[in-house]
Amino acid sequence: MNNKTEAQSIKWENILELVFDSRIDSVGLNERVNSLATRSIKKESKLDALNMIVSMCDLTTLEGEDTEGKISQMVAKAITPNPSDLDIKNVAAVCVYPSLVSIAKEKVGNSGVKVAAVSSYFPSGQVPMESKLLDTKYAIESGADEIDIVINRKAFLEGDYRRVYDEIVALKEACGDVHLKTILEVGDLKTYENIRKASLISLAAGSDFIKTSTGKLSVGSSRQACYVMAKAVLDFKNLTGLSAGIKVAGGIRDAKDAIRYLVLINEEMGDEWLTPNLFRFGASSLLDDVLKQIKKLKTGAYQASYYFPRG
Amino acid sequence: MVNWEYSESVESQDIVKIKDKYQNFIDGNFQQPNSKKYINTISPSTEEVLSKIVISNEKDVNNAIKSAQMGFEKWSKTSPHERSKYLFKLARLIQERSREFAVLESMDGGKPIKESRDFDLPQVAANFFYFAGWADKIDLSWGAKSLKPHGVVGQIIPWNFPLLMLSWKIAPALATGNTVVLKPAETTSLTALLFAELCEQAGIPDGVVNIITGDGTTGSLLVNHKDVNKIAFTGSTQVGKSIQKSLAGRDVGLTLELGGKAANIIYEDAAIDQAVEGVVNGIFFNQGHVCCAGSRLLLQESIHDEFVAKLEKRMQTLRVGNPLDKNTDIGAINSKEQLDKIEGLVNEGVSDGGKIFQTECELPGNGFWFKPTLFTDVQPSYSIAREEIFGPVLTTLTFRTPQEAIEIANNTEYGLSAGVWTEKGSKILWTADRLQAGVVWANTFNKFDPASPFGGYKESGFGREGGRQGLLSYLKAES
Repeated sequence: MNNKTEAQSIKWENILELVFDSRIDSVGLNERVNSLATRSIKKESKLDALNMIVSMCDLTTLEGEDTEGKISQMVAKAITPNPSDLDIKNVAAVCVYPSLVSIAKEKVGNSGVKVAAVSSYFPSGQVPMESKLLDTKYAIESGADEIDIVINRKAFLEGDYRRVYDEIVALKEACGDVHLKTILEVGDLKTYENIRKASLISLAAGSDFIKTSTGKLSVGSSRQACYVMAKAVLDFKNLTGLSAGIKVAGGIRDAKDAIRYLVLINEEMGDEWLTPNLFRFGASSLLDDVLKQIKKLKTGAYQASYYFPRG
Repeated sequence: MVNWEYSESVESQDIVKIKDKYQNFIDGNFQQPNSKKYINTISPSTEEVLSKIVISNEKDVNNAIKSAQMGFEKWSKTSPHERSKYLFKLARLIQERSREFAVLESMDGGKPIKESRDFDLPQVAANFFYFAGWADKIDLSWGAKSLKPHGVVGQIIPWNFPLLMLSWKIAPALATGNTVVLKPAETTSLTALLFAELCEQAGIPDGVVNIITGDGTTGSLLVNHKDVNKIAFTGSTQVGKSIQKSLAGRDVGLTLELGGKAANIIYEDAAIDQAVEGVVNGIFFNQGHVCCAGSRLLLQESIHDEFVAKLEKRMQTLRVGNPLDKNTDIGAINSKEQLDKIEGLVNEGVSDGGKIFQTECELPGNGFWFKPTLFTDVQPSYSIAREEIFGPVLTTLTFRTPQEAIEIANNTEYGLSAGVWTEKGSKILWTADRLQAGVVWANTFNKFDPASPFGGYKESGFGREGGRQGLLSYLKAES
């Protein structure tokens, strides 16, 4: 996986028209998303999908109770998701708070698993810009390969889009070559138009990825939000030639749901996006269900949870 | 990156039992027909012979009409409440056996199982439920003393939505106290014959529902029969005109639901991504074998290039193939005859100067198939912009102002449906007011509800099916 990205900031003036031209019909959107959910993914295509999901997982723990021990458990699981089936390769990344980056980095070693840190005062982002920069720089200095920031929803909902953009530009600058994922927190934005606007602003500001949610709200990711973001990424590519990624997170608990996301990405964006470089799942409990489904496809047995090591 | 191909996910045919040969359903049972002439009914996706159906002759039509007359004696005197119960029973049985019907519909007609399962069958059941509810409430609505059923209704239905068109015809006719002789299209008779079995199962009184198979000759015998009291026809404008001629001067009721060449108008302030979806649904639903298909795409010039680029990209993802595969978006063309007609018109479009785009999908070896097709650079004078193609072929025209959109949209002999796409509510109303079409969809397309009347302007026919208005098509005023 290549961390050097092609993402770069686009001038505010050049994105304005696209941002303010955001028109979405929610009835039609729901119809399309629901129709994609009826795809029947079976046999080899299901196994392919499940393996893809594992490779796209950002195994996540973002709790006040996180300790070195917890991080070690999770990293072990990230490197070897199922010790009884070594055909299953490592997940994409582990996602932790900045203070735990150095320990996570040490544990992943050269396994290929990236360390992502949430920063900019995740999840609320309600601090001065200086603090967000400090938080982000600390995570990078601790060795984070990827940075997940939150957009300034206060500014966004007050209509100060320029400020949202400027903050991301500044954080992107702090990141340098470090992969930047920008969390829109779709559960706060509520409308599809808002999700589209926030997506385009984040992309223009130089985000490598846009991400649905922090996972800290009751409303997490949805396939509808993912669809809106997918269309924004495509329109942005049309305008600039730059391909950005999407990370869906929050509330994706089973393989069936995750496969529906893959179908959506496959049919709306094309298989070019079916790579951990451009599509990720942020999840904690999803991985075990995927592992169970893989086991079931291979052996016919649906195993109990205790056959799978804790993460 | 992986090359992620969806594995086949084929709906099992085991649930369906097809007989080697079918008889007509007359007087409550399957009867040996007088005609000795049988034809094969084939699966358009494999060309495999599924069964044989009879081409009913004059004697068979006579028998069916006689049975319906006798049925009418009892049915018209059956209390509305009882009639309602029978219709509810049919509705419930359709739901119970809906998978069986869906699989058979896809085998016999070529439409994707996704559509027969998620659209046709739920709509069929909904129609029976809806008209079942009306049966004992008609006098509340109009005063039953002044409205009477016609008597024996001859119903001729097309091959594009075989069972759904049957439900549009039979449910309101029975609810209002008529009895019917229904002739399904000769390429898609099997679900109607399975429905006959359902009538037996539901205990519908003898003679109330009669189903006879046959081709145009049988249909013509039915239309010209001296004892038929009303004809309800859905099909081509050409046949509709000849039916109207045959009935001129006779005291026979008539409703016609004929062809269309609907305009789907996309204004520059539409939600473009959803409009693309709506356009795809409007023309590629059921292989474009839809009388109200949005077959003329009217694009505002300012968004033409962007829209066409998005549309072509979207079309490329359509999955054409085995109708029984749950992931198939576009199934088989219904018959060789229809395929020839589509090919003929498309060739004309190319030689007229239209620019053609077809998707790069692989088509199965056997069966009848046509790639999703888009024409741009089309002038309103081209035959592809005027004639009903009735296939997966979309024709693009452009306009500059709303006024011009209306002129182009109405510049057709048809007037069945239309679509309007804009995020501006006032523009929707302004446009809908001026469109000469029976149904105008705003920011959506191909939406149906049994409660909503459906029918055409101009050469798209007359009379309405569905809703309260649909009941009137089966009642006549008496002093």
